[in-house]
Amino acid sequence: MTSFRVKDRGRVKADRPVRFSFDGVAYEGCEGDTVASALLANGVHLMGRGFKYHRPRGPVTAGSEEPNALIGTSRGVGRFEPNTRATVQEIYQGLTTESQNKWPSLKFDVGAINDRLYMLFSAGFYYKTFMWPRSFWDKVYEPFIRRAAGLGKAPVDVDPDHYASRYLYCDVLIVGAGPSGLAAALAAAQTGVNVVVVDEHAEMGGSLLSEPSVGINGKAAWDWLEATLDELGRLPNVRLMTRTTAIGYYHQNMIALCQKLTDHLAELPTDAPRERMWRVRAKQVVLGQGAIERPLVFDGNDRPGVMLASAAQTYLNRYGVKVGNRPVILTSHDSAWYAAFDLADAGAKVGAIVDTRNDIQAALMQQAKARGIETLTGHTATATSGRLRVKSVRVNPVRGGRVGKARTIDCDALLMSGGWTPSLHLFSHTKGSLHWDAEENVYLPGQQTEECHIAGAGRGLWGIAAVLEDGVKAGTAAVRALGHSCDAVRFDVSDDRTGNGVTHKELATDRSPGRAKAFIDFQNDVTAKDIRLAVREGMRSIEHVKRYTTNGMATDQGKMSNMNGLMIASDALQKEAPQVGLTTFRPPYTPTTFGTFAGYHKGSHFELTRKTPIDSWAEEHGAAFEPVALWRRAWYFPKAGETMHMAVSRECKATRESIGIFDASTLGKIEVSGPDAVEFMNRMYTNPWTKLAPGRCRYGLLLGEDGFIRDDGVIGRMRDDLFHVTTTTGGAARVLNMMEDYLQTEWPDLKVWLTSTTEEWATIALNGPNARKLLAPLVEGVDISADAFPHMSVAECTVAGFSSRLFRISFTGELGFEVNVPARHGRALWKKLMQAGRQYDICPYGTETMHVLRAEKGYIIIGQDTDGTVTPQDAGIGWAIGKAKPDFVGKRSLSRPDIVARDRKHLVGLLTDDPKIVLEEGAQIVTDPNQPLPMKMIGHVTSSYWSEALGRSIAMALVAGGHEKMDQTLYIPMPGHTVAAKVTGTVFYDPAGERLKVE
Amino acid sequence: MADIAHPTRLESLAGRAIGATGVMLTPAPAAHRVVLRADPREAEALSKALGLELPAAPKTSARTDTGRLIAWLGPDEWLIIDENGDPAADLAKAAALHSAVDISHRNTAILVTGKGARATVQGGCPQNLSERAFPVGSASRTVLGKIEVVILRTGAEEFRVECWRSFADYAFGVLSEAAKDCLA
Repeated sequence: MTSFRVKDRGRVKADRPVRFSFDGVAYEGCEGDTVASALLANGVHLMGRGFKYHRPRGPVTAGSEEPNALIGTSRGVGRFEPNTRATVQEIYQGLTTESQNKWPSLKFDVGAINDRLYMLFSAGFYYKTFMWPRSFWDKVYEPFIRRAAGLGKAPVDVDPDHYASRYLYCDVLIVGAGPSGLAAALAAAQTGVNVVVVDEHAEMGGSLLSEPSVGINGKAAWDWLEATLDELGRLPNVRLMTRTTAIGYYHQNMIALCQKLTDHLAELPTDAPRERMWRVRAKQVVLGQGAIERPLVFDGNDRPGVMLASAAQTYLNRYGVKVGNRPVILTSHDSAWYAAFDLADAGAKVGAIVDTRNDIQAALMQQAKARGIETLTGHTATATSGRLRVKSVRVNPVRGGRVGKARTIDCDALLMSGGWTPSLHLFSHTKGSLHWDAEENVYLPGQQTEECHIAGAGRGLWGIAAVLEDGVKAGTAAVRALGHSCDAVRFDVSDDRTGNGVTHKELATDRSPGRAKAFIDFQNDVTAKDIRLAVREGMRSIEHVKRYTTNGMATDQGKMSNMNGLMIASDALQKEAPQVGLTTFRPPYTPTTFGTFAGYHKGSHFELTRKTPIDSWAEEHGAAFEPVALWRRAWYFPKAGETMHMAVSRECKATRESIGIFDASTLGKIEVSGPDAVEFMNRMYTNPWTKLAPGRCRYGLLLGEDGFIRDDGVIGRMRDDLFHVTTTTGGAARVLNMMEDYLQTEWPDLKVWLTSTTEEWATIALNGPNARKLLAPLVEGVDISADAFPHMSVAECTVAGFSSRLFRISFTGELGFEVNVPARHGRALWKKLMQAGRQYDICPYGTETMHVLRAEKGYIIIGQDTDGTVTPQDAGIGWAIGKAKPDFVGKRSLSRPDIVARDRKHLVGLLTDDPKIVLEEGAQIVTDPNQPLPMKMIGHVTSSYWSEALGRSIAMALVAGGHEKMDQTLYIPMPGHTVAAKVTGTVFYDPAGERLKVE
Repeated sequence: MADIAHPTRLESLAGRAIGATGVMLTPAPAAHRVVLRADPREAEALSKALGLELPAAPKTSARTDTGRLIAWLGPDEWLIIDENGDPAADLAKAAALHSAVDISHRNTAILVTGKGARATVQGGCPQNLSERAFPVGSASRTVLGKIEVVILRTGAEEFRVECWRSFADYAFGVLSEAAKDCLA
C-alpha cells in the first residue's frame, strides 16, 4: 500500500503509530490523525455511499461540516455511534469503524442502481411517487421511506456511558480559537475578566494549523500559536476548552457547549463522563467561527478524490498527508492557488490550476510558473471520470459566454474552491438579522439581538492580519461593554496569503444541464437541476425549495449547500438572493448525542420518585406500588398466591368488618395562619368557615374562577387563626400556588401566611368498627370517645407518645381516624399500630382498596370522577356551597346559563343488570344500543369496581342530564357485546351513614 | 416538636454519605427548622426574640456563634435552622404578629464540602454560585435538577442543600453523579 504521508509535514506524531480498522481492514495512522486523514494517508478516498443514488463518496472537507465521510464507530456493547464524521473522529489504538449505506460492500453496492434510475428520484419524488393507491401507504410506501430515510443504523443497546452537565458563568465567551478568537482572548484576558475560549477541534489554532508559513510577530505561525496558548493557559482568569462545540445560542447570552471527553481515548478512564454539556451564561460573546469553503457545482463533482482545496491544504499541513500525487485545482478564488503551491512544494505533480476567472493576480501566476504548474484561466469544468476515485477532469475554455472545446486532464484528486461562506449559524440562532453583500455574494451579520461580537472570516474578512486585528477589536469591544479598558494588542504579520474570488451558480457547460449530476447537497443527494425543477414546479421561497428538494436538510444543515442552492434558485427565479431568502439555522450546530442533552436525567434520576416515611415498611411487606403524581404509593398488599382482585377484596372486607390501616401521608397539607385566615378560607373555598369552631373540621371544595371543581379535602380549624388544610395528593403544589397567587395579587391586604406542611407530617388512617378500640389506649391529651370527639373533630394530642394532630374523619364510611405525626416518626407509629392492632386482625390496605371503599360511599376522586369541566351541582355536592357567602372563587360562574343548564353531564351511579359485570372505566354510554353508527354518546364511566361488601359491581358515570335519568336503563356498548345498566344515586353502601356512629 | 434526639426517627438519608475525589456529601445532622412569615416591619421584635437580626437583603443569611442560621427566602419569609435550641419556642415569646410553622421534619439537608463543592452543586443548579455572585453567607431558594432546594453557602468550599424529605433521594443521587465530575 502506497503511503501518502509526507515526511516532516503536519502536526501528527509520525513516531507514534496508531492501529485502527475500517470495514474490517486494519490500517495504521499516527497519533493526531482523524479517521479521514489516516485513511487518506493510506490512499483510501472511498469512505461512504450517497444517500439516494448510492454513488461512491470520499471526504470533501477536513472538518465538522463534512457531508460525505460518515462512518459508524464502535467500542464494545452499547458504544456504537452512527453518522460520525470521519473528518472529526480522532483515531486511537483499536478504534473500529465501518462505512454506511452500502450492501453488500462499499466497493460494490447494489443500491447504486438508483444512480441509473435517477430520473425517478427528482425533486419532490416523495410527494410524486407515494401518492396512489391509498392502500399502498401503510404496507409499501411508509416502510420504504422509513428504511430509506437516514443514513446510519440507530444503536439498539443501552448506552453504558454517562454524561455530565454543568452551569457556567463567565464575562466573555469566545467561540472558535482561530486567529480572530485567540486575538480576542489576548485582548480581553489582560483586563482580568473571566474568559472562556472554546474550539470544536482537538487543537486550538483554527486556520493557523493549516497555514504554517505565515509569520506573526516575528515567529512562525505555529511557534506564535504555541506561545499564545501557553500564555493564555497560564492566566487564572482564562479557561481553554478543546473538543468543545458551541451547539446553540439562546436568549440572554445562554450558550450550550458540548465537550467531548473520551471519544479520542484508547482506554476509557473509570467513571469519566463521555461528554459534558455546559450551559454558559456569558455577559459578552465573541463569535470567531470562521468561514466554510464553497464547492463548485459541475457534473461529477462528487467523485471520491474531489474535495475542497482548503481541505487538501489542511490534510497536507496539519496532518502531513498528500491527498493525491497528481492533483488538479479548480477554483474561482485565490485561496486554492496556495493549496496548489503547498502541494507542489510537498512533491505532488499539480496537473493544472483551472480558474474560472480571466484575470488573476500576477504574483500568483508567477508563483505557479516558478513551480512549473500549468494555468488555465477563464475555464470551466464540465465532467469528471472515475468510478471509485476521480481519474480525470474535462475542462473547457469559456469565451464571451460560449463554452469552447473540451480537454481532459488526468488527475487523482480534484481540489475545488467556489469561494467562502462566513459561518453565521450561532449568530442566526440569536435571530440577528443578516445583511446581503451583493459584491461578494455572501450574507454577513447585520443587526444584533444579543451582547455579541462577530470577528474575522465569520464577517467576511480575509487574510490572517485582517482577522487578527478584527479579533482584537471584538475582544476590546467585549471588555469595554463590561466597563474595562484594555491596552492595544498589535500584530505584525508576514507572508500573509490575502486574496479574493468570485462565486458561481452551476459552472457553464457544453453538455445538457438536464443530464448533469452536479451536486449541491452531497449528503441528501440534491443536484442543481433539482433546484431548477423545484422552481419550475412553482416553489418560490427558499423555504419551499428546501423542503421540496431536501436541500440543506441533512445532518450538516446545509453548511456547504445552502449558498449554492440559493444562488441557483435566485438565478432560476430571476430574483436577487435576499428576495429568495435564506433558510434558518437551528441548534445544534453539529449533530449532538442524546446522552449530552439528557445529562443526569436518566435512570432513577430521569424523574424523582417520592416516597413516604412508611414506604419502606410497605416494601418490606410485599406491597405492590402504583405511581400517584410523583409519589409511589402502596397499591395493595398481596399475600402469597393472591391476585390483585383477591387481595383488594380481602382488604375491603377486613376494613369494613374490623380495622384497616392506610398510609395517607401523600395528602397535600397547607398551614393557613394569620388573623385573616378565616376570611381567606371563606374566599378560597365554596364552604362557609366562619362558624366552624376550633377543634372541628369540614369537607372543603375548591373551584376555579370558571366554577369547575379543582380540588377538595378535609380542613381542620386548629385555632381561630390557624387552619390545617388538606388537598389531594396530586393537587398539593397546584393548590398552594393558586392560594399564593390570590393572596399576592388579589388580596394582599389579608394578613394570612401559607406554609406547605405536606412532608412535615406522616399521616396514618385507621378505618373500621374497631378503630377507636385500637386507638383509644394510645391517645393522651384528648378524650376520643364518640360523644367527646364526634365525627369531624380534630385535636392536638399524643399518640403512642408522639405529638400528633388527630382527626376523626372517614373516607370509607367506617368509623375513621387520621393520625398526623412528625414525618420521621411515621414508620415507628405505624409499627406500633400494627402491633397493637394484631388483636383485631388489623389489615394494611393500599390505594386500590381506598378507591373501592370510597366509591361504595360515592365519594369523588378529583381528576377521576371530575375532569375540569364538572361543577359542584354536576357532581351532586352542591351542599358544599356556602350560598349565603358574598363571594368565593368561582361563585359568579356558577350562575352562568351554561353552568345551570339541565342537560349538563351529571355524576350518577350505575348498576349493571348483570351484577357480575364490572364496567370498564372510560367506557362510553348511549341511550339506544340499536341506533346506527356513529352512536350518540351521552357520557362515560368514571369509576368502576367490584364491591365485596355488596357482592356486586358498582360504577359511577358522568351522564348528560343524569340527575333526571334515575332508574332509567342505559347501555354501554363494548367490543362484541353491550352491557345494560340502571342509573342510581352514587351512595351504594350504608346510605344513612350508620356505620360512622359505632360506639 | 422536632424531637431531635428521638430514637425512633427515620432519616430519609440515614447512613448515606459519599466521598468523591474533591468533594464529600454528608447528610446534615438533625435540626429544628421553622418557616417564619411576617411583615418585615415586625423584623426588629422578631429578631430580638430570636437573638439575631433577620436578614433583610435578598440572597443573604445570618448566623450566630451557636449555629442558629436564618436564610432570607422572600420579603416576608425566612427559613430558620438550629441544631440546638428550638426557634419556634423563642418566637412564641414575641408579641409581634407572625406565623412560625415547624418544618423540622419536612426538610432535610445535604452538606457538600470540598474543593469540588461548587462544581458539584453547579451540576444541577443554574444559579451563579461563584464567589463573586454567591459569597459565603449567601442563601437562595432555587432549583437543583427537577426539585426545589434552598442552597446556603456556609463556607468557601461548603454548601448546605436543603430540600423536602421525599426529594432527598433524588438530590443526593444527582449530587453524587455531579460529584464524580467535580474537578473538571
